[in-house]
Amino acid sequence: MKSMRDGFGESLLELGENNPDIVVLTADLAESTRVKDFAEKFPDRFFQVGVAEQGLVTIAAGMAAAGKIPFITSYAVFSPGRTWEQIKVTAALNDVPVKIIGAHAGFGASMYGATHESLEDIALMRVIPNMVVVSPCDFIEAKKATLAIAGNGKPTYLRLARQDSPVVTKPEDKFEIGKASVLYQAKNPQLTIIGTGPVLSEALETARQMEENGLGAVVVNLHTVKPIDEQALIHFAKVTGAVVTVEEHQIMGGMGSAVAEVLGKNFPVPMEIVGVKDSFGESAKDYNDLWIKFGLKKENIVQAAKRVILRKNL
Amino acid sequence: MTRLSPSELQKISKEVRKDIIQMIYKAGSGHPGGSLSSVEIMVALYFGILEEQDRFFLSNGHVCPALYAVMAQKGMIPKEKLSTYTEMGSPLQGHPERTKLKGIENTSGPLGLGLAQAAGYAVFAKDSYVYCETSDAEHNEGNHWEAVMFAAKYKINNLIQIVDRNRIQIEGTTEEIMPIGSLSEKYKAFDWDVAEINGHSFDEIFMAVEAVKKSRAKPNVIIANTTFGKDVSFMEDNPDWHARTPTEEEYTKAMEELK
Repeated sequence: MKSMRDGFGESLLELGENNPDIVVLTADLAESTRVKDFAEKFPDRFFQVGVAEQGLVTIAAGMAAAGKIPFITSYAVFSPGRTWEQIKVTAALNDVPVKIIGAHAGFGASMYGATHESLEDIALMRVIPNMVVVSPCDFIEAKKATLAIAGNGKPTYLRLARQDSPVVTKPEDKFEIGKASVLYQAKNPQLTIIGTGPVLSEALETARQMEENGLGAVVVNLHTVKPIDEQALIHFAKVTGAVVTVEEHQIMGGMGSAVAEVLGKNFPVPMEIVGVKDSFGESAKDYNDLWIKFGLKKENIVQAAKRVILRKNL
Repeated sequence: MTRLSPSELQKISKEVRKDIIQMIYKAGSGHPGGSLSSVEIMVALYFGILEEQDRFFLSNGHVCPALYAVMAQKGMIPKEKLSTYTEMGSPLQGHPERTKLKGIENTSGPLGLGLAQAAGYAVFAKDSYVYCETSDAEHNEGNHWEAVMFAAKYKINNLIQIVDRNRIQIEGTTEEIMPIGSLSEKYKAFDWDVAEINGHSFDEIFMAVEAVKKSRAKPNVIIANTTFGKDVSFMEDNPDWHARTPTEEEYTKAMEELK
């Protein structure tokens, strides 16, 4: 168990060493977004803007216009939550490479309640032209994603969870922005489970359990929600004929919606979206309690899988 | 930069004002009041202040007819392009866009976003001066004050903000809608260097900028007191002209006054 934000912090240090154009700004959250080490090592390239998320984005946009690659950190509920218009106008419409790091996304800040749980950020970011939306699933992938987005030359959203979570990818796995990867492949797959973020660990457990019970699945890691890997999605829809998506986000407008947009046009198959059903979160001691309450667990994925298989075999 | 004489600058300003009225009349939309009040600020910048390495960020992008007209006078845009303002496919968008027109540093229009971008740019452009025109009304925006504090904290002394203090916003005077009071006092309290001038006087604009360049102690703001709708009698100080298109009769009258 390791946290994605630690992976982000480690890669940021590496970037700082290798690229003098990397600069970091935070809105009074250096420690919890893991940019403190960068701040200590590269004080001339670190900017503490105070609890001022709108300033965070717009100041960074100016720095990007001056040729820098700013990484800006806050909690996802505040940025991109509060800063949507600033991101649209000064990062995306200007087309400058601001890297928006949304920390504590999903239910990770469970103890703080609904105000601090970001269940809308994928939707908010993916509707903006020019934006790249990356949602890694574990410590290793967060490390790779951080390095990759530094060099893509585009305004980019990186979604990070707060909690320690299972490490499901391997250091040697290839990570490429815009290319989905396969996490699990049953011998005779009858459905595809597509996940993004740390809930992929639930998807993996689901696939293993179902295979023992005679139902094979492919688990696809859709770490880049935009640009979306249409080719891979169509391929697996064709091969398996049924799709379940899983995300720690509202069903409306999220990753599952993005998948449905692609498949609806190109190769419609029975599909279920596992996510939060148009409701706010709430306080809980642990994010996992909320995963249970809001239906993001293995049992929920199994139920969704049974429903799509039923419809597929009609 | 070699400067033109005050009478030459005034001549250019008059042409810019005529272009503004023509563009807005032809387009059937635009913001004449603020465009007319900021003419001398932009003419002074482009014809007497901006050096090769300097940058100009326009924060209150709705006054872009003034910017486009000044850029045309300067030869940065072909004069005949001005008539395409707001037309589909034109680089002269209804609000200016960085990726559509060379010479535009920042996409703007939504208020309160420009100073922050100028400040962020200026941090990494210490060998140049970064100028930013803002409106008085956009001082209602919280984002703007976040940038004011950032610039003071990091002592961004190559940042020069010029506020077009025309005292009018969409629905009335700035003091009715959300009283701003003394901007000078506010900026002093926020640890900026402040000058207050007549924003239609080239001498005063040039002197204020020269003074800033000598001191280079803190971020700098020049409060330029201006007249909303300047030089078109029936537009002056009248909030109705924030975003109104003149009728044919009003257009003829305005052009007559600007002769």
